[in-house]
Amino acid sequence: MPEPLIFEYSVPGRRGVEMPEPDVPEAPFPEGFLREDLPLPEVSEVDVVRHFLRLSQMNYGVDKGFYPLGSCTMKYNPKINEEMARLPGFAQLHPYQDPETVQGALALMYHLQEFLKEIGGFAAVSLQPAAGSQGELAGILMIRAYHRDRGEGKKRIKMLIPDSAHGTNPASSAMAGLRVVNIPSDRRGNIDLEALRRECDETVAGLMITNPNTLGLFDENLMEAIELVHRCGGLIYGDGANMNALMGICKPGEMGFDVMHYNLHKTFSTPHGGGGPGAGPVGASERLAPYLPGPIVAIDRERTVRPDEPVYTLVWPERSIGRVRAFHGHFGVFVRAYTYIRMHGPRLREVSEAAVLNANYLLARLRGIYPVPYDRLCKHEFVIMGKVPGTPVRALDISKRLMDYGFHPPTNYFPLIVPEALMIEPTETESKATLDAFAEAMRRIAEEARSDPQRVQQAPHTTPVRRLDEARAARQLILRYVPTSEPRPTLAQA
Amino acid sequence: MNIPPDLRYTESDEWVRLEGEEAVCGVTDYAQSQLSDVVYVELPEVGRTFQKGEVFGAIESVKAAADLYMPMSGTITVVNTDLVQNPEWVNQDPYGRAWLIRFRPSNPAEYETLMDAEAYRAHCEARAH
Amino acid sequence: MRFVPHTEEERREMLRVIGVERIEDLFADVPEAYRFPPLNLPEPLTELEIRWELEALAEANIHTGQYACFLGAGAYRHFIPAVIDELLRRGEFYTAYTPYQPEVSQGTLQAMFEFQSMICALTGMEVANASHYDGSSALAEAVLMALRLTRGERPKVLMFPTIHPEYRAVVHTYVQHLDVRLEGESGWTLHQLRQPLLLLEELEAHLDAETAALVIPYPDFLGRVLPPSRLRETADRVHQAGALLIAVVNPIALALFEPPGNWGADIVVGEGQPLGIPLSFGGPYLGIMATRMAFVRQLPGRIVGETVDLEGRRGYVLTLSTREQHIRREKATSNITTNVGLMALAAAIYLSVMGRHGLRQVASLCYHKAHYLAERIASLSGYEVWREHPFFHEFVVRTPRPVAEINRILYEGYQILGGYDLGQADPELAGHMLLCATEMNTREELDALVEALGEIGPAREG
Repeated sequence: MPEPLIFEYSVPGRRGVEMPEPDVPEAPFPEGFLREDLPLPEVSEVDVVRHFLRLSQMNYGVDKGFYPLGSCTMKYNPKINEEMARLPGFAQLHPYQDPETVQGALALMYHLQEFLKEIGGFAAVSLQPAAGSQGELAGILMIRAYHRDRGEGKKRIKMLIPDSAHGTNPASSAMAGLRVVNIPSDRRGNIDLEALRRECDETVAGLMITNPNTLGLFDENLMEAIELVHRCGGLIYGDGANMNALMGICKPGEMGFDVMHYNLHKTFSTPHGGGGPGAGPVGASERLAPYLPGPIVAIDRERTVRPDEPVYTLVWPERSIGRVRAFHGHFGVFVRAYTYIRMHGPRLREVSEAAVLNANYLLARLRGIYPVPYDRLCKHEFVIMGKVPGTPVRALDISKRLMDYGFHPPTNYFPLIVPEALMIEPTETESKATLDAFAEAMRRIAEEARSDPQRVQQAPHTTPVRRLDEARAARQLILRYVPTSEPRPTLAQA
Repeated sequence: MNIPPDLRYTESDEWVRLEGEEAVCGVTDYAQSQLSDVVYVELPEVGRTFQKGEVFGAIESVKAAADLYMPMSGTITVVNTDLVQNPEWVNQDPYGRAWLIRFRPSNPAEYETLMDAEAYRAHCEARAH
Repeated sequence: MRFVPHTEEERREMLRVIGVERIEDLFADVPEAYRFPPLNLPEPLTELEIRWELEALAEANIHTGQYACFLGAGAYRHFIPAVIDELLRRGEFYTAYTPYQPEVSQGTLQAMFEFQSMICALTGMEVANASHYDGSSALAEAVLMALRLTRGERPKVLMFPTIHPEYRAVVHTYVQHLDVRLEGESGWTLHQLRQPLLLLEELEAHLDAETAALVIPYPDFLGRVLPPSRLRETADRVHQAGALLIAVVNPIALALFEPPGNWGADIVVGEGQPLGIPLSFGGPYLGIMATRMAFVRQLPGRIVGETVDLEGRRGYVLTLSTREQHIRREKATSNITTNVGLMALAAAIYLSVMGRHGLRQVASLCYHKAHYLAERIASLSGYEVWREHPFFHEFVVRTPRPVAEINRILYEGYQILGGYDLGQADPELAGHMLLCATEMNTREELDALVEALGEIGPAREG
């Protein structure tokens, strides 16, 4: 039975939360300013609790089971993170309080900047961007500003992007007014150096690299690609979405990346929230550090009396591209990421090692059951083809059937360069037993594809709803609740 | 795959038929099958002029979007406004009810540069591998 | 390792299945010169130790639950009913990701559909997206949307000068390499800034065939609400010029005042933080974005639509995905992917449990308390309150001493977090403070502030 909309529980005159009567004299409202109707639901608190609790039960989350969504790093979200972000001394701070009254919060941000610098090998970090894609936009704007300051702003208008890249890379480049040039991948899944060389000229603003790339492979041409682009005057943007493979393994900043965003909601265990909030801090090399979005946190040298009692303050990088959002970034997410990093310290390397161990183990278990288009050591994720030769079953069907086995599907149909792609990222927080169970489900689905393909093609069979008609949704475009004259369901019926 | 012999074709999967002073254009059966369920068609304003190869509109399914490219240079005279309400016609009847635009070619000789049915079939088959 | 479950034996077995001897062998493809650098981070803490550390950091702050707070300026302290956090902490909600797989995401999808519906109800618009990062980035995206809707043929955007200064800054950041001119926002005198209707006339006079959009705050950064009947005329003028009207709103104010959809706005954006989201030092917050159905294909961000499943049951999916980066890449409406879904869920729960009655009560309380405070401060010698235009829950006070000085005395001597120093926003407004009152400020707090301001008064000689 589908859950009614909260609007459908509404009964005129029913109340949820009541507010106190005014304790001050009431002021008259100006004439001609007021609205007549406010068509929000009228429901009780119990209605609200039961409704949203039932909705939650129709969801799948990491807390429920294995969630191998490639490129999203759906690792376990430690519960201590949630408690710490809710401490009143953090959750009840106003962003415009005097810095003297928020030294603890600024200290946390300062140290998080320092930790991220160390992990990525960068000279400076800004925590401002609200998500990875906003970090990308910031990074690209920094690259553009750098070229502009060298008198090459008008000339360098080309952003080179491998064909395996996330769609955000070309979209962010276009938002920054750059022309996107696609660079193909070679047969081993690396950047095609010949194609790259042909595009390297004085119009290149930069190259955007995701490493490990979206095939889960460490790019074997990485150092050469960086050198080629640097030699023609371009800069290197790093898409840090896959940083979970690299902590303590190598530092992009040391390898020649000029700017990179981190996804705190992927690598650093902050929850994905059903689609955010995330946070996309940006790290920069020496030459791009002055362009970082601001403000950032620094130690106030003038007011610091004792070195062991630093005074923190908000400052602007000297040639900043500006603000990318109001206030100081997703502070609540910073608290969670800080908690996570402090609980691991240098042992973050073991996190990345385990993430890569899990991916290679699962790849080994699935090899021979499904085709592997680029078959070599992977990093934190890998891509297989969702095909069972001789059957009509496709990647989408396999994904849907996995739901019946109690798993969240992998990312499907990405990267675009692999037909019927299934991109699998197990993360380090999953046990061998879980990986074995998933591999077993994948094996059984391949068997079913041969013995009873319809069962797979019509999956899922056990979820709150079956396959949904997406074409109908796009054609009829019902995008909000519109009251109907039909009788409203009551809680008793639901 | 349906490829009527009396039409001409582009590499980007539009078809063209000459009708007197005007030409009619749509997308092919191959195109609609690649897109799957079409949910939206964006068409140009009548009276606009395009060069051969320019984007004149877009066609979208749930998971894909494709630009529409002008097969020949010309000025739009009529667009199939019924299609906006019935995008599924593109899947059902790509060469009939789902015509997209009529236009007046400014250089009718361009027609001869387009692929015939046989060449287009080969073009489709080459991409299937 | 704390969140890695493997035993030593399992690890060995896994390596054996992979066919390598040591874990280091899995990284043979990393260039040796850069492989396994030292990580100079402080040693790991246990859960108990990190709790101690963070509690100490949190206690190093003064928070708005300890001191009376009169700061607003885009981030507002409101009552948050207990049910919200109780429901947000359901692991099924907060440990899920973007609902790409609708069969196992109906909870998130339906909640987002309800959120979209409530934002439409509040703003009077026809369609809303499932959220943007915050109010400022929503405004930047609205400006880009207006540029697309006018086909990139109109490079000028008129910005009302009393839009939140940080929102204006974000718009500048977003368009800095595009062929766009932002006009109208600066260069005004104090005298002009004090007369919003005059500013409106001035901006209307600059509407022309080059103008893509006019952006109007409602209420403005200084708390003032422009008359809806006057804004209807503005909308007509904007539309006659072939441009679009963008409104930047506070959603709580919309519980009282005529919504922008009624006076002709084409795109409505705003900061949804007041809808049940904690201050949290500035984020994460909630970007609201709504428009007319005719413009839905240029609306960026995730949108949820209703449909049916194989068996004809009602269900919800992400729809109009062809606008988005994962399909359109460089031709997408925006680069946005992760938004602030959990914050949108908080707002949906808040609006449900407050309902039409509760939200009106909250807005009315804000209005009455702010007006009471304004009136009392106006009676103090040395202070002048801007009261000639209707305002919601914020207002401007000219102070007899520098604002920073007053604020320092307030928190050091009176345990009060004073108002926003408007000199930071615009040098013309130096010596002016923006004060905010909400339902959270008791009459005792309001009176305490008035008393304190009276005692502080003008600086004494010597």
